[in-house]
Amino acid sequence: MKKFTTTMTAGLLGATMLSGAAIAATVQAGDTLAADQTFTYRVLDEHSSVDPQIVEDVTGSELVRDLFEGLMNQDADGNLIPGVATGFTTNDAKDVYTFTLRPEAKWSNGEPVTAGDFVYAWRRLVDPATASPYSWFGELMSIEGVGAILAGEAAIDTLGVTAIDDYTLEVRLSASLSYFPLMTTHASTFPSPQAVIEEFGDDWTKPENIVSNGAYVLTEHVPSEMSVRERNPMYWNNDETIIEKVVALVINDENTALTRYLAGELDRTEVPAGQYPRLNEQYPDQALSFPRLCNYYYTFNLSPSGPEAFQDVRVRQALSYAVDRSIITDKVLQGGQFEAYTFTPGATAGFEVPDVPYAGMTQGERDAAAVELLAAAGYGADNPLSFDVLYNTSDAHEKIAIAVSQMWKQKLGVTASLANMEWKTFLETRGNQDFGLARGAWCGDYNEASTFLDLLTSASGYNDGKYSNAEVDALMQEAKSLSDATANYTRVEQILADEMPVIPVYHYAGVYMMNEKLRNWPVNNVEQNWYSRDLYIAE
Amino acid sequence: MLKYTLSRVLVAIPTLLILIIISFLLMHAAPGGPFSSERPLPPQVLANIEAKYGLNDPLYVQLWEYLSGIIFHFDFGPSFQRKDQTVNEIIAQGFPITFTYGGLSFIVATLVGGTLGVVAAIRQNTIIDYFAVGVSIGAQVLPNFVMAPLLVWLFTLTLNWLPGGGWNGGAWPNLVMPVIALSTSYMASIARITRSSMLEVLNSNFVRTARAKGLPERTVILRHALKPSLVPLISYLGVAFVGMITGSVVIDIYFSTGGMGVAFVNSALNRDYSVMMGITILVGALTILFALMADLLYAWVDPKIRY
Repeated sequence: MKKFTTTMTAGLLGATMLSGAAIAATVQAGDTLAADQTFTYRVLDEHSSVDPQIVEDVTGSELVRDLFEGLMNQDADGNLIPGVATGFTTNDAKDVYTFTLRPEAKWSNGEPVTAGDFVYAWRRLVDPATASPYSWFGELMSIEGVGAILAGEAAIDTLGVTAIDDYTLEVRLSASLSYFPLMTTHASTFPSPQAVIEEFGDDWTKPENIVSNGAYVLTEHVPSEMSVRERNPMYWNNDETIIEKVVALVINDENTALTRYLAGELDRTEVPAGQYPRLNEQYPDQALSFPRLCNYYYTFNLSPSGPEAFQDVRVRQALSYAVDRSIITDKVLQGGQFEAYTFTPGATAGFEVPDVPYAGMTQGERDAAAVELLAAAGYGADNPLSFDVLYNTSDAHEKIAIAVSQMWKQKLGVTASLANMEWKTFLETRGNQDFGLARGAWCGDYNEASTFLDLLTSASGYNDGKYSNAEVDALMQEAKSLSDATANYTRVEQILADEMPVIPVYHYAGVYMMNEKLRNWPVNNVEQNWYSRDLYIAE
Repeated sequence: MLKYTLSRVLVAIPTLLILIIISFLLMHAAPGGPFSSERPLPPQVLANIEAKYGLNDPLYVQLWEYLSGIIFHFDFGPSFQRKDQTVNEIIAQGFPITFTYGGLSFIVATLVGGTLGVVAAIRQNTIIDYFAVGVSIGAQVLPNFVMAPLLVWLFTLTLNWLPGGGWNGGAWPNLVMPVIALSTSYMASIARITRSSMLEVLNSNFVRTARAKGLPERTVILRHALKPSLVPLISYLGVAFVGMITGSVVIDIYFSTGGMGVAFVNSALNRDYSVMMGITILVGALTILFALMADLLYAWVDPKIRY
């Protein structure tokens, strides 16, 4: 697997003051700017909202990152850089963070952006009356008092966030959290304009009412068709922004979107599964593939309702070893995805892919080991192993499930019956542990290994396989307060490779068709947190 | 006639009510809910959201709240998925789009299909008949999900004449392909129905009488044969019209029109209860309305039918 050099973010370094220039669109040498600086891209579906505290989908978050600006931003490599805050300080315990806000930051109506706007937004995020689907993010950030507020037992002004003055924001945490500043790049932590929200209520996000503090303002929204955002002249760094107008077109079908891209109507779209090799050959300047912060795996149901056989670690290892990951990445998906032998993608910042033994074997060796392991566990021709594989209805999931079940059939004589379900039914079934083996996937909430590894702790709400290991729980708990938790993550991955509670299959790649004139797309930002203000179109 | 119409309208009210109740119960019986997601919400967060939308009340309370909202305020509630919009807004945005391309498709399908059917019947077993029947069978066997990408390949990628999708306020270049794709299979059905019913009428006694009187063929067809041959067509057109103006998922997806068809399917997949109910009610009401109109039209085309 390719090894990525990742940069530890400045925020992880502890009690240092981070400051420096914010990034803006830097024009590369030799480029002249095109006259028309309009960036048009495809979105899969209508966004859920452009309200920072309400938005819950990727599409909406992309809009919100352009319309609003939080304390910190990310650069093209995903590193933390100043946003509305010019920097921050923290104490030794890393449970109090103090952010300094830039005085020149303004809302689109000309009002200054103050620490009070953040206090309002963060209280609003966790206020039960807002009923934000992302209010749990406040809990993830460990802000003091969140739990009681969410439960309706404490007033929202007991939240551990205070405006010391207009340009100084203090955040108190209930636990030490070294990567806290990273979380302020998340849309749900962006400021929101109290006066406007109070004046217009739920209608404040309509283009005619909205006031925002980002590089762009929402100027048009035709639901289910498109949304348009244009330059915000009040944005503090407007002078260094180049893209004038950003148009997001709602195109549900990715093949339709590709057609419209090829017809010149779009500057960016996703490549449907299996089409990357052809497009890359035909349009080498436009087809892009780069690592994403997501994993794809199968989870064993280890709860009492799961198959008896899965309680035996040899069975789990045998099934995992027999999966030829290269067939999935190179023959099925064909979009530059990465074979996975660890749960955490190698592209995650600060994560060193540990040497897990089965990753170093050849597929032949793995297959031979798988046959031995399964026989040792007592399964074979006289006692055949069979179980269900649950996945949600989708072309790609089906192809992968078929491929994997064939590998098991041929190599191990195992019968895996495929069961596909519509999304919500799938979630319900998997959540109720009504399965043998189930598909799972996760995209990191932030660029740090714990966003993945926490999923396999006993307390995780997403641990549908009900894997439980006290050492993993303890290591992950300890990791939260360490400034460098690499050793813990390595150990956890080794335990996972030993006990194999899940079968890692592959790590995602972002596969795009992108106008070759569009510059500065952050291909190295594995979370794909992009900002239109960093882009430009060359002539 | 007036009494009949009024009684039908009165019957429509309990019909709609039953439709609402059954859809409501079925929808809540489906696994998962609007806020179940890959990333399960912590119980407290979920409880806060459900409290906001009243989803923690008993079902009959929810149903009553929903019905009273519609009856007293004409408010179909907020969308659970698209949080910046209400159901009224979603329908107000999607229905005009669907109505435009659906209505146009209806006109095209009826005019072309009707003409093909009549011509084929008059010139039965001639080359014209074979051609008309061939065209309509061809249109029938080419479903719109095959037609749509073919049209895009031809008009957008090859000829570069039309945009590959989008609505653009209903500008005609954006309308051409959706209308062709949606109208063809309806056109084929209309042509076949018209042809067979026209043939039946042309062989009936009163047409023979009309010809025997020495009326010109044109008058025989237009004055005597056409109207009675419309009876089977009308019952088909009523249903087809509602189907066309309430949206086609295929058209919405292939041409990104932003119409109601895709909103309906997505609302079901996302368990966006309020949007799903709103569209169900709209489709139900339109179906009842056009079934009634079809019945009234019968009386106009066929003097034997009296209410």
